[in-house]
Amino acid sequence: MSQPNNYGFEEEAAMLKDSARRFFAEKLPVDQLHALIAADPDPERSPEVIWPEALWAEMVELGWTALAVPESAGGIAMPWVAVAGLLEEAGRAALPSPLLSTLQVTAVLAQAGAAAAPALGEIAEGTAATLAFMDVSGGQQVGAVVVEDGRLRGQANFVQDVGKCDRLLVLAREGDGTALFWVPCDANGITVHRDAIVDLTRDQAHVSFDAVVGERIDCDAAQAWAAAQPVIWTLISADMVGAAEWQLQTTTEYAQQRKQFDRPLGFFQALKHQLVDTMIAIDESKSLVYSAACALNHEPQRARELAHMAKASASDTAGFASGRSVQCHGGIGFTWECFVHLYFKRQKHSQLLWGDAAWHRARLAEMLIDRGARAA
Amino acid sequence: MSERERKDSPEQAEFRAHCRQWIADNHPGEPEVRLPISALEIMTPQQMQYLQAWQKAAYEAGLVGCDYPEAVGGGGRQDCQRIANEELVAAKTPYFPNIIGLGMAAPTVFHHGSDELKARLLPRLFSGEDIWCQGFSEPGAGSDLASVQTFAAKRGDKWVINGHKVWTSLAHFAEWMILLLRTDKSHKYDGLSYFVVPIASALGKGVTVRPLIKMTGETGFNEVLFEDLEVDDGYRLDELGKGWQVAMTTLLHERGAGELVTPRAGGLKSKSAHNTTARAVMELARNTPRDGGTAADDPLLRDRMVRQAIREEALREHQRRARVPALTDHPMRLPLQNKLLNSELSQDTASLALDVMGPSASLYLADDNAPGGGQWPMAYMNSYGFTIAAGTSEIQRNILGERVLGLAKSK
Repeated sequence: MSQPNNYGFEEEAAMLKDSARRFFAEKLPVDQLHALIAADPDPERSPEVIWPEALWAEMVELGWTALAVPESAGGIAMPWVAVAGLLEEAGRAALPSPLLSTLQVTAVLAQAGAAAAPALGEIAEGTAATLAFMDVSGGQQVGAVVVEDGRLRGQANFVQDVGKCDRLLVLAREGDGTALFWVPCDANGITVHRDAIVDLTRDQAHVSFDAVVGERIDCDAAQAWAAAQPVIWTLISADMVGAAEWQLQTTTEYAQQRKQFDRPLGFFQALKHQLVDTMIAIDESKSLVYSAACALNHEPQRARELAHMAKASASDTAGFASGRSVQCHGGIGFTWECFVHLYFKRQKHSQLLWGDAAWHRARLAEMLIDRGARAA
Repeated sequence: MSERERKDSPEQAEFRAHCRQWIADNHPGEPEVRLPISALEIMTPQQMQYLQAWQKAAYEAGLVGCDYPEAVGGGGRQDCQRIANEELVAAKTPYFPNIIGLGMAAPTVFHHGSDELKARLLPRLFSGEDIWCQGFSEPGAGSDLASVQTFAAKRGDKWVINGHKVWTSLAHFAEWMILLLRTDKSHKYDGLSYFVVPIASALGKGVTVRPLIKMTGETGFNEVLFEDLEVDDGYRLDELGKGWQVAMTTLLHERGAGELVTPRAGGLKSKSAHNTTARAVMELARNTPRDGGTAADDPLLRDRMVRQAIREEALREHQRRARVPALTDHPMRLPLQNKLLNSELSQDTASLALDVMGPSASLYLADDNAPGGGQWPMAYMNSYGFTIAAGTSEIQRNILGERVLGLAKSK
């Protein structure tokens, strides 16, 4: 199987990406976003869930939660490149919403066979969901939540945007295996402990399970989880690429307009070259994101390798673009009133979640260097 | 059938079949002579003659200059050079020797030359019978190319040229040179003009070609001195004072960002050919003893090798993404990165290879114990040629910042 020349990014995908960009530009310009989520700069404020909640119904109406849901479960079944295109735009807008987490949940459910159809149907109709399973290290192994006597026990950490979601998709260890449960966020025995986090565009919590009864999704959960991971990494990488494009564009505009020594900042190579290096980093990540997203549909045997590359690259790009966006803005870039901090914080959050760059490169080393030796 | 074949128009599909058949019947096989890594390093007449014969055969079969009109010796086709290139590279053929002619001189002469010049020069350029070289840089004009001082003075209806050009690859084989010079000393940019001038036929009659020796010890490029070389006004491209604009056409194609696809063959691995990919470094690491294991066990080297593999993969992907407008914000954003990324990637890969080899990287070509025949230190040194030539990496970053991001110009 080989990848199509255009990534399978057809007219429909281009229209979706373009309409998403216009939707966010109109409904959520950065000054309004800042006024909404950054009203309180107090670093010791208690965690709250603040987001443009009214937009969620519109996004559902546009069919965005149904994009990755198979037609058999009531969805639209667009290819993953189209979903990546949408999430690039959501990242560009620094959108606070459960869209990313819901699409990542969809990726797991889509691998879980017929038993997942009812949950997928709920998502297509607008139910927001998030994954719950991580241990305190934030690693991607299953085991922090376990199944005992058919009930869920333990604590899932780093649960993303749970304050905006209706359902948890719980990956739990059951004996030597893995099980998948679909659980309402307010089920008996669930306690959501909100984390006080740096990123203003998300909410996060650790969630404890005390003999929770959930709806079991009967499937090969370990296989579904393994197959969904490349999707999860690719989608968050698309978000980071979009956010980095905003950082580049905004910083470039500032460098064109701000003058020192009678010249626009961008005249000076010390700044010009930093901005160009940011662009180069973004393009590296962007090419890898779309290649990985395309592989998910067209070249599944390479999807894992390419998704590791995309997340490793996008994590580094996010960190680099964030650093340059503050530094090149100078003093104003270091203040709360300048919008760049919103993206700086979102990027750092994404960078470290779902495996940082070093973790993904270590996995690639196993694939390319160690397994390469066996192949040779 | 590959995905790109499926996209062929009927004309392209027929042409592809022709290319494939012709290459199958006419592949010249492994050469008797050792071939250097690229045409820019061709050193001996034997190498040059072998490669010229190959280019001529490919031209006569219609695989070179396919997209140029028939009136200038081209094939009169549309969007077919890409297809010939794909087939030539897939079949692992020798490269074409007239690299500067095909990549830079041909599109420049085609866009800016008189009909008479085009009809006279391009057929022998495409066939490789006339090798071309490029006279741009001077001892005092490197990154600031527009400060060239080589001067053409009008004498009657002729021009008399004096000056000094450097880094002139292939000048020792060249019949012709594309030459950026000054016809007016009072205007920096608007005082520049652009000529094509004979080299081989003018040796000893106003033209001197001398080899320059690279830091590796190899030759390959030259300096060219002009002393009262007299040329006809008919050798001028475009109008007087438009030399800078003409040079931009040349440089755009040199950086792989021009509209005319450069005829390209290659892929043939001669016995001594050196593979400089991240995979090759991984292989090297697995075979390099280190601390009781191998260099492939070292976590920091592993991380660096994977970084190189990621950069390589992304660069391959750029070729594809550049053709999908919905996934590129600016049409020149990826094409203008091409030269910069390729040259820095190979430099960093070669540098990493030396670190993987450890002290064995000290061994050079003449040492029997040198891993890989001493090619890695050679590749590392040669890599600086690519980050400096054709606009340094610093100039490439200026170009990207100014043309793509719209930042204020440095000049």
